[in-house]
Amino acid sequence: MTIQSSPVQSYRDDFSFRNSPTAIRRFPFPFTEDSYLYSVNIEPATSRDPGSVYQHGFDIDEHYRSEMAERALVLDKDPRRYLVMPHMQVAAWDALQMLMEHLATDYPQWFQLARDGDHWHWHNTLLNIDQHFVFGDATSLPCEPLEFIGRQVQGDFALLDQRDGDLYMDAGLVTSPADWSLAFDAGMSFKQWHSPVPMAHQMGVFDRALKYLLNLQVGQPVRRLNWTLTINPRLDSSPETFHEWGADRGRITAENVGQQVHLRVELQVMARLPRSHAVMFSIRTYLISMDELVTQPGWGCRLHRVLRDLPEPIADYKGMSRYRQTLVQWLSRFDQA
Amino acid sequence: MSVALEVRVSAARMLTPAVREFTLQSCTGPLPGFSPGSHVQVHLPLTEGKVRNAYSLTSDPADNRHYRIAVRLQEASRGGSHYLHRHVQVGDTLQISPPANLFALHSTAGLHILIAGGIGITPFMAYIAALEQSQAPFELHYVYRSGLSDAYVEELQQRLGSRLHTYACRPDLNHILRDRPLGSHVYTCGPQPLLDAVRQQARALGWPPGRVHWETFSAAKPGQPFDLELLRSGRRLRVGGEQSLLEALESAGLQIPNLCRGGVCGQCMTRHVGGKIEHRDSFLSPAEQAEFLMPCVSRGCGPCVSLDL
Repeated sequence: MTIQSSPVQSYRDDFSFRNSPTAIRRFPFPFTEDSYLYSVNIEPATSRDPGSVYQHGFDIDEHYRSEMAERALVLDKDPRRYLVMPHMQVAAWDALQMLMEHLATDYPQWFQLARDGDHWHWHNTLLNIDQHFVFGDATSLPCEPLEFIGRQVQGDFALLDQRDGDLYMDAGLVTSPADWSLAFDAGMSFKQWHSPVPMAHQMGVFDRALKYLLNLQVGQPVRRLNWTLTINPRLDSSPETFHEWGADRGRITAENVGQQVHLRVELQVMARLPRSHAVMFSIRTYLISMDELVTQPGWGCRLHRVLRDLPEPIADYKGMSRYRQTLVQWLSRFDQA
Repeated sequence: MSVALEVRVSAARMLTPAVREFTLQSCTGPLPGFSPGSHVQVHLPLTEGKVRNAYSLTSDPADNRHYRIAVRLQEASRGGSHYLHRHVQVGDTLQISPPANLFALHSTAGLHILIAGGIGITPFMAYIAALEQSQAPFELHYVYRSGLSDAYVEELQQRLGSRLHTYACRPDLNHILRDRPLGSHVYTCGPQPLLDAVRQQARALGWPPGRVHWETFSAAKPGQPFDLELLRSGRRLRVGGEQSLLEALESAGLQIPNLCRGGVCGQCMTRHVGGKIEHRDSFLSPAEQAEFLMPCVSRGCGPCVSLDL
């Protein structure tokens, strides 16, 4: 399927989102063992496995146009999903530059960037955006730089200011969060915004992760996977819209598990922004229904064991307690050992 | 580990009889961007082996066409600055490590007070470019010896006007640091006695430690040659008197994470298991030094040192 011709699917209302067989095969299944416990599972974000989600710094796939349409819907309804504090202006331009350079290099058939000093020309053929602008001059763009580029790249973006030996959530564009809110976390330090995560603090996970991120060097990004479950392929599972999706968790039955429960995997990339010394935390979300997931050999079996044995506090935090039994029961048929 | 960049010296000029400025252009792709306060390591092929010296980038971070560094000739040194002053010419190529920043500006400071001593002006040249662009309030206090370590002083006088304060000897730090507005941050770079005095005065006046920032330009100093035993690989190496332990490891093909090369950042921390060691770092506690050393500055002071490498 080509990205240009793929129909725009929805992440809400009728939920027409589906994965093609190719998308299912390249889905970043996150479990390397039959059990799951927190770790600082960070690796250098170097290109590997052509065709996989790890080939390029920022993965563009068949859902591109659908996801950009969804982002526009969310942003238009709730502008507070976008935030750039005054001291983060340089970081916002840094992010625009990093994203444009990566996309133009990795996907020249869709994105082109021509630069003459500060005069830049950006062409996005997938969304028919042809923009001349002056780098560093926000008035030369139709909107602010982070919003401009963020409306054209899949995934959420948080820009973290580094000061006082800590990282602060001082800018971002977040329209597909797994139950967290940029407006709520705005200005928080690394441990403050991670405080709802159970167990990991006591394990020292955040001490190690913060120390690692403070030393992140230009040109040496790192990545990790995170996961949770979501009912329906709903990208915008944010606290702001909880009233629209929270009750779905109580409607899971043996009949609709396969279609409605989705594994939600975040490919998180952390990169040092060169001029601002801020950290760009990008969160690229992949959704796959249980019906789609079990088409891959071994995945249903492994997911069954992981979810069956998951510690209660983690299951609670990931919001699956109300339907965990139903889901584990349904998955058990794929675990014949 | 990061890959070294190849750059060409596109211009060189004497800023003072003791300070030489180099403009560096990329030989390959565009240069990586950098933030104010960043430094690069310049790789220098001295006769005794490769050494790497760290120099602050003085150019405008918004200008990605070139980097600039300014190097003070250090007579009592291992020869890195001597090599850059006497042997490097326009058109030569140099290897540098990509920029890293251990002395970043504080983004939410209400007032930036910069105190430079001599060649310690270098990181502030990039600071000033960024602070001017963001129109952030700042002032520069610059101590130098006229005709020797007064790099950029005329340019700064024109650019900064009354925001520049110059001194021929140690200024009255009490006057600079007393009764400053809430949200002020002070940054200092220069000789160790100046840094110590700024930190001491700030503490005496009740400045919160997080609002006092400093960068030393300490580098590896020479010492006695000694042998090195690498326990895991069973290799034996010789560390020359002008070479640092880290440089000897790198010359032998080992990749040790490192950033400051001045015993400050802690990146190159290595476990030692035998031999007498002269610790010269300012990162490890005495208790930690019993187990670890910082090979960028510390070295053996006996015949042989054994490392867990």
